[in-house]
Amino acid sequence: MSVLDSKVPKGPIKDKWTTYKDKIDLVNPANKRNIDVIVVGTGLAGGSAAATLAELGYNVKAFAYQDSPRRAHSIAAQGGINAAKNYMGDGDSTYRLFYDTVKGGDYRSREANVHRLAEVSGNIIDQCVAQGVPFARDYGGLLDNRSFGGVLVSRTFYAKGQTGQQLLLGAYSAMNRQIARGKIQMYNRHEMLDVVVVDGKARGIITRNLITGEIERHSAHAVVIGSGGYGNVYFLSTNAMGSNATAAWKIHKKGAFFANPCYTQIHPTCIPRSGDYQSKLTLMSESLRNDGRIWVPKNIEDAKAIQQGKLKPTDLAEEDRDYYLERRYPAFGNLVPRDVASRAAKERCDAGYGVNATGEAVYLDFAAAIERYGKEQAKIQGIDNPSADKVYDLGQAIVEAKYGNLFQMYEKIVDENPYKTPMMIYPATHYTMGGVWVDYNLMTTVPGLYCIGEANFSDHGANRLGASALMQGLADGYFVLPYTIGDYLSDEIRTGAIPTDTPEFEEAEKAVKSQIDFFMNNNGTKSVDHFHKRLGKVMWDKVGMARNEKGLKEAMAEIKAIREEFWKDVKVPGIANEMNPELEKAGRVADFLELGELFAKDALMREESCGGHFREESVEESGEQKGEAKRNDKDFAFVAAWEFKGEPADAVLHKEELEFKDIELKQRSYK
Amino acid sequence: MSGKGMNLTLKIWRQKDAQSKGKMETYNVTDISEHMSFLEMMDVLNEQLIASGDEPVAFDHDCREGICGMCSLYINGEAHGPDRGITTCQLHMRMFNDGDTIYIEPWRAAAFPVIKDLVVDRTSFERIQQAGGYISVNTSGNTQDANALPISKHAADEAMDAATCIGCGACVATCKNSSAMLFVGAKVSQYALLPQGQVEAADRVKNMVAQMDLEGFGNCTNTGACEIECPKGISLENIARMNRELMKASIK
Repeated sequence: MSVLDSKVPKGPIKDKWTTYKDKIDLVNPANKRNIDVIVVGTGLAGGSAAATLAELGYNVKAFAYQDSPRRAHSIAAQGGINAAKNYMGDGDSTYRLFYDTVKGGDYRSREANVHRLAEVSGNIIDQCVAQGVPFARDYGGLLDNRSFGGVLVSRTFYAKGQTGQQLLLGAYSAMNRQIARGKIQMYNRHEMLDVVVVDGKARGIITRNLITGEIERHSAHAVVIGSGGYGNVYFLSTNAMGSNATAAWKIHKKGAFFANPCYTQIHPTCIPRSGDYQSKLTLMSESLRNDGRIWVPKNIEDAKAIQQGKLKPTDLAEEDRDYYLERRYPAFGNLVPRDVASRAAKERCDAGYGVNATGEAVYLDFAAAIERYGKEQAKIQGIDNPSADKVYDLGQAIVEAKYGNLFQMYEKIVDENPYKTPMMIYPATHYTMGGVWVDYNLMTTVPGLYCIGEANFSDHGANRLGASALMQGLADGYFVLPYTIGDYLSDEIRTGAIPTDTPEFEEAEKAVKSQIDFFMNNNGTKSVDHFHKRLGKVMWDKVGMARNEKGLKEAMAEIKAIREEFWKDVKVPGIANEMNPELEKAGRVADFLELGELFAKDALMREESCGGHFREESVEESGEQKGEAKRNDKDFAFVAAWEFKGEPADAVLHKEELEFKDIELKQRSYK
Repeated sequence: MSGKGMNLTLKIWRQKDAQSKGKMETYNVTDISEHMSFLEMMDVLNEQLIASGDEPVAFDHDCREGICGMCSLYINGEAHGPDRGITTCQLHMRMFNDGDTIYIEPWRAAAFPVIKDLVVDRTSFERIQQAGGYISVNTSGNTQDANALPISKHAADEAMDAATCIGCGACVATCKNSSAMLFVGAKVSQYALLPQGQVEAADRVKNMVAQMDLEGFGNCTNTGACEIECPKGISLENIARMNRELMKASIK
């Protein structure tokens, strides 16, 4: 029997959460004043949790490495947030949102958690509107919705192309109200470097003040980690430069199991890399695939000429272009899910058909959309026999109204006008579905230690649908954790304040300080980025969009070798007791160098293709789906939760079997 | 896609910490591609400094896509550099020429003290927000249905335009009076334009403006530099609206 207890309540799926909430232990208001909770990370999950816990009466200490909670990377989410409001009357329901999320996740998520997510999704929109979040509205003054990939209804609420920003500013405003009341103590520019476990329970954290370098001890009755995903293990990703896995990895090393690290989302529409100096990649919203057609040249000679700058894409005749998504997936065309679109781009580029100097780019072309909209507008405006130029102008105006800010962003970065010449795009790491294993209460395998938002593994299975990340972050922080944590804290009302002058804090602080001392005195010859870039290259080449046994074994060995070299030869300038960005990076990369190896180990173990995890050995051999990803429900319908045993390669696998009582497992088909 | 390979002279403000005196230092970088972002050029400089045993230049940055508001930098006398409608992380080197000398300084304002090199302390903005930049509504799950309160599209769009502020502080840095009125005006406006914000409107504007004054930000003399340098195009109208709100609140 597995050591993992998911604590999913009994009963029919649609009643589980309601019934459970009715029976959960509560903490009375007078006692909440005597209980401290630490929240690490202030994005949508951490920020909303900190605010809500403080509203309930707990004493909250919140930590962010940025200079303000408002800067957490949730701020960069563009598209929107899903909710089963059915405001459009198009047949949406809690069940449909639940179903779409489980199916979109390729049947690798925990049903009960996903259903709860769908249940509270409507509350999120109500709460955000009450806070003054300026969602887009129609002329009647009601909220507007749009559609996203992989679903058949319009359930996505949005605020221009800045939905993440507006939702985070809402959570931030709720935090500010509690900071002003003294219920949240906010620690900006602080980084958590370890968790402190006392008598088997999480009782505090060790932090570094990023301005003074001071190492501090903070205690609490429970610790909540909402520190985001680990996409920066690839070095290049759409994550912020500071996004890191240190909080999640440190708790893993102290006993929290790490689940499904190999589930990573590679987003198909990002601006391609331009050179070795590249520091990050920029996402172009998925919505562009509604009107853009994706193609590469049909003939290899044309591709070569384009790569050498001798031929322009606009010079290529229609019959010399390969609209490969429309060719391979006639039913969904350019709107296939993210994982499918990404792999198809890689397949063409690997075959030599890429369209920039690096050979790693495909075209996203709006010429057809401009012409279609132009003709439509001419008709609406009653213009007979419009000239080609007139059609183009009319069409461009429509495309500009829909995507103007994205086109402008593209032009600023690439210095090409995407109205005149097709955009170039290429897939990039965007989101990590894997993360710290949590039970139904969002508690990790360490009592009193919780994990929320992208940092945990729970709701997206092997692939996340668009506009669902914001939903999960806020669901966890506003509506799930504040309830479930009461069940644990109700036993803590007589505990009293947790002292920090104990051997456990002493020991954790000593370990943190000795790592810092090591970095400062190592006198190596290579910078932190040197090692991070090498790790990223191995991850991208061998643990990226397509994986195989040989590559994964090589990756594990190579990552281990880079890690050993890192510890021998890394160079960290400056001193420890002042602001030192290189020292911050060194600690984060040290953790990525361990996480990367576990990531590859997990990918090696999972000998099936599912969602964002594609094993070249596991494809359909025949029939209509020939060459497509092949899932193996018989052997792999489980969550892989890894227990740390000293070295990443020695991690021990624990399986949480996944049961699908309410949804039939099916092959995803987009043909 | 290699660029034309610019050689540049950089004059950069170096300051050990808040207590120490700072000064401009000169550095050279070579073979800079026009496709690099400005901060990638700074990365190249820092790798060079680390290799030669010097301490890299500290600067704030995070998302590198113009939305987190973390990056700053006063470049050749302009907040976020010579381009318009962007943050420093979105500035590209094609805006410069081979042989250029580029002056790079931190935000300069009494309310934004330097922490180190190009990094400044913007927590004064935090305290202004804490003074009233919110609507007092608890999380309950019982809030009224989102569509029970229709809001005209025009008001919602205008509130969104104000709410788009990223809190970077370029408005303060560029203002000859170091005024924070564009920042405060944007937040006050977002709520003033929405019905949800009405209940606390009077206290909000009074408290936020009082905190702004307490932090040592200057007054507005309608120069309009903030609006030009704002990476998100926040309009001066927001300052006018804040002043009207304050007037309204004061005579109540």
